[in-house]
Amino acid sequence: MAKPKVATTSLAGCFGCHMSLLDIDDRILKLVELVDFDKSPVDDIKEFTGRCAVGLIEGGCANEENVRVLQDFRRHCDILISVGDCAINGGIPAMRNAVPLKECFQEAYSTDNRLGPAVYNPDNQIPNDPEIPLLLDKVYPCHEVVKIDYHLPGCPPPADTLWEALVALLSDKPVALPYELIKYD
Amino acid sequence: MSETLESAIRDISQACGNDRSRMMDIVEAVQAKYGCVSGEAMDLIAKQVSTHRVEVESVVSFYAFLSEQPKGKVVIRLCDDIIDEMKGSESVAEAFKQELGIDFGETTPDGVITLEKTPCIGMCDQAPAALINNEIITYLSSDLAREIVRKLKKNPDPKKLVGRLGDGNNASHLVHSMVHNNIRLAGEVIFSEMAPGAGLKNALALNPQEVIRDVKTARLRGRGGAGFPTGMKWDFTRQATGDKKYVLCNADEGEPGTFKDRVILTEKSDLMFEGMAIAGYAIGADTGIVYLRGEYAYLRPLLEDVLARRRNDNLLGNDVMGKKGFNFDIRIQMGAGAYICGEETALISSCEGLRGDPKNRPPFPAQKGYLGCPTVVNNVETFCKVARILEHGPGWFAKMGSEGSSGTKLLSISGDCAKPGVYEVPFGIKVREVLDLCDAEDTAAVQVGGPSGQMIGMNQFGDSICYEHLATGGSVMVFNSTRDVLTIARKFMEFFVEESCGFCTPCRVGNVLLKEKLDDIIEGKGKSGDLDYLESLGATIKAASRCGLGQTSPNPILTTIKNFRSVYEAKIAAGKVEEGFQPTFDIHAALQTAEGIAGRKSVHA
Repeated sequence: MAKPKVATTSLAGCFGCHMSLLDIDDRILKLVELVDFDKSPVDDIKEFTGRCAVGLIEGGCANEENVRVLQDFRRHCDILISVGDCAINGGIPAMRNAVPLKECFQEAYSTDNRLGPAVYNPDNQIPNDPEIPLLLDKVYPCHEVVKIDYHLPGCPPPADTLWEALVALLSDKPVALPYELIKYD
Repeated sequence: MSETLESAIRDISQACGNDRSRMMDIVEAVQAKYGCVSGEAMDLIAKQVSTHRVEVESVVSFYAFLSEQPKGKVVIRLCDDIIDEMKGSESVAEAFKQELGIDFGETTPDGVITLEKTPCIGMCDQAPAALINNEIITYLSSDLAREIVRKLKKNPDPKKLVGRLGDGNNASHLVHSMVHNNIRLAGEVIFSEMAPGAGLKNALALNPQEVIRDVKTARLRGRGGAGFPTGMKWDFTRQATGDKKYVLCNADEGEPGTFKDRVILTEKSDLMFEGMAIAGYAIGADTGIVYLRGEYAYLRPLLEDVLARRRNDNLLGNDVMGKKGFNFDIRIQMGAGAYICGEETALISSCEGLRGDPKNRPPFPAQKGYLGCPTVVNNVETFCKVARILEHGPGWFAKMGSEGSSGTKLLSISGDCAKPGVYEVPFGIKVREVLDLCDAEDTAAVQVGGPSGQMIGMNQFGDSICYEHLATGGSVMVFNSTRDVLTIARKFMEFFVEESCGFCTPCRVGNVLLKEKLDDIIEGKGKSGDLDYLESLGATIKAASRCGLGQTSPNPILTTIKNFRSVYEAKIAAGKVEEGFQPTFDIHAALQTAEGIAGRKSVHA
C-alpha cells in the first residue's frame, strides 16, 4: 500500500513553523517511513501531484496568491491543519489590519513619509507589476477562507506537538494532545 | 449666554421640584428649548438636582430624541419600518436627501434642518409617514417631501406643514393633525358611546376587593401582548406592603405595526383615564402616570384637556365622585424615543428619570415598582376594558371572545391590504377572517404581534388570534406574495439590534450575530449548517436575555425558519460555493482596495 502523503506550505508566515517541524530531529527519518511529502518547501514540489492525507498550513492569507494556494490545499487534502498563530489568528502580519491599505504602502515605500524606512524611491512608486500578487484588504486567518479541520496553536507550535498530532492523524487515532504540549506560558 | 442658560435651567428644574426622578421632564424641556442638552447644560442640571453629571449624561445619551450635539431647529424623522418601505419610503428618503443636500443623521449647514430615520412612529395605516418636530405628516410621496423642504426653508415652522386635517379629534384645535383614525370596525367594548364616570361610579359603589373580583370574573388579560391576568396583578399589588402605590399606564406603543393605542388616545382617552382611576381605587393608589411615547407628543394637549375636564367633573382629584378618602390624580410622562421603554420595568426606570434599562425580576413591579413602591403597569387598552367591565358587568365582557381569552381585541392592520386601520374584533377570530375584513388579496405571510411576534404562512391562516394560539399586542402586518420574507425578517432584526438597550450580552451581541448570518444567507453566502446555527443561537438569546426584548427578538428569524424553511433553503442552495470553501469569504471584495491602488484588476481572482 502506498504511503499517505503530506503537503505543507507557508503563506503569510515566517517559516518558523516549518523550522519547528524540522525540530523533530531524528524522528524525521521515522516520518519519512510513515509518509511521502507532496507539495511542500521541504522537497520543493511546486504543484500537487495527487490526493494528500494531511495539509499543514503556516501563516494566514495576506494576498491573492495565499488564497489561491490555500484553496488548492483544501481541494487536495483530506485534513487541513492551521499550524501556528498566523494561520489561526493572522498573527504579526495582521497588525496591519487596523491601518488602511494605502497607508501601509506609503509607510513602506514612500520617501515623502519621513516616518518610513530610508528607501531610495524618488518617484514615490508603489510596486505594481502584474507578477506581484495583489494584497487583500486585510490579513485573514485561514479558517475564514476555507474550512479548517484542526488548529495547532503556538508561535511556533513545539516540534513534539506537531509530531504527536501528525502521528495520531496518520494512524487514525484521536488527536489527544497532553496538556504540556498545548500550554504556552 | 451662560447666564441665561443657567437661569433657564434653574427655572426648568424648579418647575419639576428639583426632583431627580423627574429628570426626563427636565432634559426634555432643555432639549426643546436649546435643540440639545450640551455638556454645560448637563453640569448645571446635575448641580440643580444634586446629582452627578454622569446621571444626566446617561439619560441624554440613551434616548433617541435627546442629544448632546445641537440638532436643527426642525428635525425631520422619517419612519423607517417595513410597511413604510413597502409604501415607498425609500423614494421619499431620496427626495429629502436631494432637496436638503444632506444625508440621514446630518444637519443642514445653516443649522436649520436635521434629517433622521426613526423606527415605527405608529402610522403604518397611512404610510409613509414622518415626524417633523412634533407634527405628523402622513401619506408622504417624493413630491410632497420636496414641497415640505421648500416650505421649511422659507418658514421653519412645522405646524404650517399640516395639510388637510384628519377625522374625529384629530381635527380639534388641540390636536390639529392630519392623522386619520381609520377605525374600520368599531366593536362594542372600546368604540361604543361612553358616559364619563359610568364605570367609575359602579366601582366606587363596591369595595376594592370586589372591584378586583369583577376584573377576575371577566377573565381580563393584559392587552399589551403578554396576556397576564389583570385581576391577579392588581391583587398582588393590593396585597403588597407599602404606604404609597402607583398606577402606570403604558402608552409607549412602540411595537412596529401597532397603532391602536394612538386611536384610543385620540378618541377614547376618557375610558383609559377612568380605568386608571378604577385601578387606583382597587389597589389603593393615589397617583397615576401615563407614559406617553415621544412620537405621540402631538396628542398631549388633548390628553391634558381631558384630564382637566375630568378634574373639573370630580372624576379625578380629592374625594373622587364624592367618595370620601379616595384621592386620585394622573400626570403624563413623555418618553423620548426608546422602544425598550415599552417593557414595563424599563418604563418604570424611565419614569424614575433614569436610562430605560429593564430591571431584574423578581421583585416584580407589583412588589417593588416605581420609586420602589408597589405598582400596577397596564396597557392603554387594558385600562379601557376595565372601565367597560365595571360599567356593564364582568358577565357581559366574559361572554365575548374565546375560552381562554375573553372580550375583544383591537388589531392594528397594515401592509398589503385595501383597508388598513384599527379593527375591534372578538378574540378567537381566525386569521383568514381578519384578512377578509381588511380586503387583503394574494396574501402569502402575516406577521402577527409585530417583530417580536411570529410570521405565519398560508397553512396557519386557519388559526385563531387569542392568547392560546396567536398572541398579539395588536400588530397585524399583511404581506402578499411579491414580498420576500427574508428581507422582512432582516428589517426586523435591524430594528432589534438598534433598540437593544445593551445591558445584557445575549441581546446586545446575539442579535448582531443573528443579523450578520441572515445577511450572509440573503447575499447568497449561506452554508448548510447556518439554519442550525441560527436556531441554536436564537434559543440561547431567548433563554439568556434579561427582559422581554431579548426574549422575543430572535422571533423574526426563528418563526420564518419554522414556517418558511424552504425559502431559506433555496437561498442557501443557490449560493453554494465549492466544497470546503467558506461562502462568507469574498475574494473580489477583499481585493477591491488593492485594485483601486494598483489601478488594475487582479489577474488571478
